[in-house]
Amino acid sequence: MLVYVLKRLLYALPIALSVTVISFMLVYLAPGDPLNAIAPADAPVEVIEALKIAYGLDKPVPVQYALWVWRALHGDLGTSIASGRAVLTEVMGAVSNTFMLATIASIIGVCVGCVLGSLAGYQRGTWIDKIATTLSVIGVSIPHYWLGLVLTIVFSITLGWLPAMGAGPGGSSEWAWDIEHIRFLVLPAVTLCVIPMGIITRTVRALVAEMLEQEFVIALRARGLSNKTLFMHIAKNTAPTVLAVTGLQIGYLMGGSILVETVFAWPGTGFLLNTAIFQRDIPLLQGTLLVLCMIFVVLNLLVDIVQPLIDPRMGRV
Amino acid sequence: MSSILKKMPSWLVTLPLSLCLQTGLKAETVARYGISMADIPLTTGQPDRGAGAYQFTGHTIYDPLIAWEANIGTRPGKLVPGLATAWKVDPKDNKKWLFTIRKGVKFHDGSDLKASAIVWNLDKVLDDKSPQFDAKQSAQVRPRIPSIANYRVVDDYTVEITTKSVDALFPYQLPWFLIGSPAQWERLGKDWSKVATQPSGTGPFKLDKLVPRERADLIKNATYWDKTRIAKTDRIVLVPIPDAMTRANALLNGQVDIIESPPPDVLPQLKSSGFKLVTNVTPHVWPYHFSTYPGSPWADIRVRKAANLAIDRNAIVKLLNGLATPAKGQLDSTSPWFGKPTFKIGYDLPAAKALMAQAGYSPSNPVKAKIIIAQGGTGQMLSLPMNEFIQQSLAEIGIQLEFEVVELENLYLHWRSGAKADMNSGKGITGINLGYVTADPFYALTRFVDSHYTAPNGVNWGGYNNPKMDTTLDTLRSNFDTKVQDALLAEVHQTMVDDALMLWVVHDVNPHSLSPKVQEFVQAQHWFQDLTTIRMK
Repeated sequence: MLVYVLKRLLYALPIALSVTVISFMLVYLAPGDPLNAIAPADAPVEVIEALKIAYGLDKPVPVQYALWVWRALHGDLGTSIASGRAVLTEVMGAVSNTFMLATIASIIGVCVGCVLGSLAGYQRGTWIDKIATTLSVIGVSIPHYWLGLVLTIVFSITLGWLPAMGAGPGGSSEWAWDIEHIRFLVLPAVTLCVIPMGIITRTVRALVAEMLEQEFVIALRARGLSNKTLFMHIAKNTAPTVLAVTGLQIGYLMGGSILVETVFAWPGTGFLLNTAIFQRDIPLLQGTLLVLCMIFVVLNLLVDIVQPLIDPRMGRV
Repeated sequence: MSSILKKMPSWLVTLPLSLCLQTGLKAETVARYGISMADIPLTTGQPDRGAGAYQFTGHTIYDPLIAWEANIGTRPGKLVPGLATAWKVDPKDNKKWLFTIRKGVKFHDGSDLKASAIVWNLDKVLDDKSPQFDAKQSAQVRPRIPSIANYRVVDDYTVEITTKSVDALFPYQLPWFLIGSPAQWERLGKDWSKVATQPSGTGPFKLDKLVPRERADLIKNATYWDKTRIAKTDRIVLVPIPDAMTRANALLNGQVDIIESPPPDVLPQLKSSGFKLVTNVTPHVWPYHFSTYPGSPWADIRVRKAANLAIDRNAIVKLLNGLATPAKGQLDSTSPWFGKPTFKIGYDLPAAKALMAQAGYSPSNPVKAKIIIAQGGTGQMLSLPMNEFIQQSLAEIGIQLEFEVVELENLYLHWRSGAKADMNSGKGITGINLGYVTADPFYALTRFVDSHYTAPNGVNWGGYNNPKMDTTLDTLRSNFDTKVQDALLAEVHQTMVDDALMLWVVHDVNPHSLSPKVQEFVQAQHWFQDLTTIRMK
């Protein structure tokens, strides 16, 4: 197992490095100027030149990249050009906010998806299956931005039950797990959960339906096993795939949804990325992408580690 | 003693007691303000994020030497004393200005304001060898105070500033330059990132709390030196909400009390729900800035004038749900610098067609032009629908527009580079659509018409070069009589309009929507607003 984990860790390194190279290049290929984040639109040439020197942007791009990687290896992701704050502090604050949101959205999405998928798989062709399939298709295809706005109009403005935006009455720095704060999580989490819910519903439905056709299930039925025991067998056999899909979905959610976080002014990674992209804030963009990439890699690593524990056959591959 | 108390009527004891308690426990008044920015602007002294940010973390925490009167909404403001009680030009050398510093003013940290603090702040943004130099603050303010050559302390309460050349309009640059506390910077280990969370100015508010990207709490400075501008609200909470619809939702939901720039589509709902809409004349214009270089179709004044006569501006105002006013020039017609242009801008299709015919064009034989526009962003209003409207309108008179659509940040790069730069001329771009702040003589007029400011030396984007205009500007800069200055500025504007330097479309009205809980908010005719005027019920 240790060799397996080490191998997976080694795979993660080139992935992380590739992400930094590609994102660095993409930022430079995009039109615009990182100094727009700091200089007023009408800043004269001498001010721009002075800023380039002050922020090291006068150096060749490969040199800038190498310096950044060197600092990152020492735990320093630099300073945001736009805000002047440490990138690591900015990113970790946003990551913790998105983590909170993504965890709740994942729990809702996975639970609802598993229930709907199992029901649909067991009741193939019935109205239950049709409703579950319709919900999953809606979940995957509905525009988040629109759903967020509709939910806000209904639950915040018309009914006045829930807040329309923000991460708590005093901001995310004063977050507490009480009703007053959890109310702020409900709408963005529900909006964000619909995609994993849709994907997991479809995955579970297909797996359960396929499993029910398997010979071992017919054999178990022939032996007179109860439906409950039969379900446990099916659940255990579908779990590795569901786990893999769930891991990917949590990874996507950790990247934050730019649209959902913007609609709800949720100070997470999506909101941060949006700001960094529009301001061409390269250190912030780089730092955020690197941290997100590492989270994604770690999540997949965890899934890879847990999968063989559930299904020993995978450990032998 | 206790027997005496027992004999007293109970109300005689409880009434004074309850009155005392009520006075002591009077609830703090709080105004929550949903701002359109993605983050709280820089709090160290010179705000970033443009002119609109000064009202939030600029003129709230800090004061300038010369301030802009922003607590009046019924007329354009004017320059008023700030931390300088008086200023005058040296009669022997018109490049030298003497500022008398206000006595008895203290920074929020308790240190005294003296002339040395002013020079320290000038070094902070202009002298990159000084220990307090901050590149980020410098970048914000250096373009706004271009005239300063050098400066010195004359005595504890007098500062001398020398300009690069004689510049009678220099005082207009100073509301942009804000004064922070040197003592606080020293106390916080000379660390600007620490100053950002514990800034110290002399302004009417103190920063109580800063959560980046989420909120900034400004609390009333009860000992503010200007007793006429003591804040009417105890605490103002700034909440960045960049999405316009989210801002409106937050207001409707009661999470904020004031928002800026409500989306036009939501106005009917806001009004029907009892929210107030406040607008005012605002120094902003939404134009097409033309290239007048040879080869540009706009080099022909007849084409420029025809374009100005072909737009039904009232229809655009309707498109914006009333959140704009039709432009008749670079400035609003109520401005003291509007003058009396002979070219009357309005909607006159036959006259526009006649001018185009004189220039040799018609709808069947159109002239082609490429305009670079942003897909949206600060100051750009409803960029795409408005540009499409203009495209259709100009097609009617024989101007066939093609758009190069870019992000606003990228548009700025094209703007700074000028029409002659390869990134513009190489692509056939002969016009740029960018919302302009027109708050003072430099921002409104001189930077666009002075041939010395031809891009990339400035933002005379299209290379306008009129020797008569340059002479007027020279006269203006050497005349210290404000009445003569106003007359000369009106002359500059008149010439701009008569030369149809741009296609002027509409002026923004800087809309704000207020909850019924807001009792008072004076919206100045400026991007600088005075948040001390906010009074809550």
